[in-house]
Amino acid sequence: MIYEVFRQERRGQPFEHAGSVEAPDADFAEAWAREQYGRRGESVALWLVPRDAIRDVEHWADEFDLKYRRVDGYSIKARLKEARERAGTAGDR
Amino acid sequence: MAAVEIPRDEQAFLEYVQAGGQVETTDWMPDEYRRLLIKFIEMHGNSELMGVLPEREWILRAPTLERKLALTAKVQDEVGHSQLIYRVVEDLGKPREQCLADLVDGKAKFHNVFHYPTKTWGDVGVIAWLVDAAAIISQKALLKCSYAPYARIMKKICWEESFHILHGRDVILAMVTGTPEQFELVQEALNRWWAPLMQFHGNPIPSDEDPMYQWRIKSQGNGEARQQFLDGYVPQIWELGLTVPDSKLRKRDDGVWEFSEPDWDELKHVVTGHGPKTEERLALRRRFLEQEQWVRDVVLAA
Repeated sequence: MIYEVFRQERRGQPFEHAGSVEAPDADFAEAWAREQYGRRGESVALWLVPRDAIRDVEHWADEFDLKYRRVDGYSIKARLKEARERAGTAGDR
Repeated sequence: MAAVEIPRDEQAFLEYVQAGGQVETTDWMPDEYRRLLIKFIEMHGNSELMGVLPEREWILRAPTLERKLALTAKVQDEVGHSQLIYRVVEDLGKPREQCLADLVDGKAKFHNVFHYPTKTWGDVGVIAWLVDAAAIISQKALLKCSYAPYARIMKKICWEESFHILHGRDVILAMVTGTPEQFELVQEALNRWWAPLMQFHGNPIPSDEDPMYQWRIKSQGNGEARQQFLDGYVPQIWELGLTVPDSKLRKRDDGVWEFSEPDWDELKHVVTGHGPKTEERLALRRRFLEQEQWVRDVVLAA
């Protein structure tokens, strides 16, 4: 069985995907993951997740291109310039 | 933002990876890309596994307890790298047992530098310092590999290799600041290793003609890697008063290093299984593979 290995570098940090180990059961998986992803103190914790247990979510509908919800939906440069000119503050910076 | 779709068409896939796109294990990929990935990554795994043998020979002969422990840790790291790497190959479709069988049958390749003998403790220092330095240049370029699972494990590998280089440099520094005989052992080892080191990054084929570069498995050409090695390490060698055994070696005003053409016939001869230690080291692997078969049987039966 294949276990995906996620490792945490320091307390409070997110667990990041590091790799995988193949093992007949969870105890062997733990032994090998400890050896391969923790023996030099590079992780404070590991998550071992059977690959089959992972629900993979990949496709995102964005039919309406809802850009107003994102930073890249706004281009304020020209308007800001105009507003500064009107206010007479364009030369202040 | 909509997720990037991996194109299910060879040409479009090629453009996707050339634009910096990355691929996961479960994504569709062209057969040719999968074949090249397996070939490249398997060779890397073999090299890590075979690469410990020249150093293993010195564990019992290390000059101090601390050196013995450090060398043992390095050997442990390199074997660990081969385990991580073979796992990636397995996910691409070639089982680990098959990789090991092809290796001991002489059907698979491993890096040229691991086919040579380690005559003295000076060789151990040169390997840990300069062979690992040359290897880390290739491996750092793999952090950008288009196959993401390989790029991810490379982070850990590069992190551990950095300790190896420092360990090697420390061994070298201890010897060049020691007796004249110790200094001479380092110079002799450098003389032995220079030719294999210059061959290490491979023939200088233009990167656009290198399939491994076209598919962005590698992110730099062979010649480029060699220049980076020379630029980083020749000044470090010279500052210790050591001589690089190449009278043509010099840095031009435009920053490019000139050197004698490496012996490409020797490289080909060695990596196709005809190096001075190839047969002996493969025989050792073969013996251990057979001897430890019972362990694999027991674990798989668990």
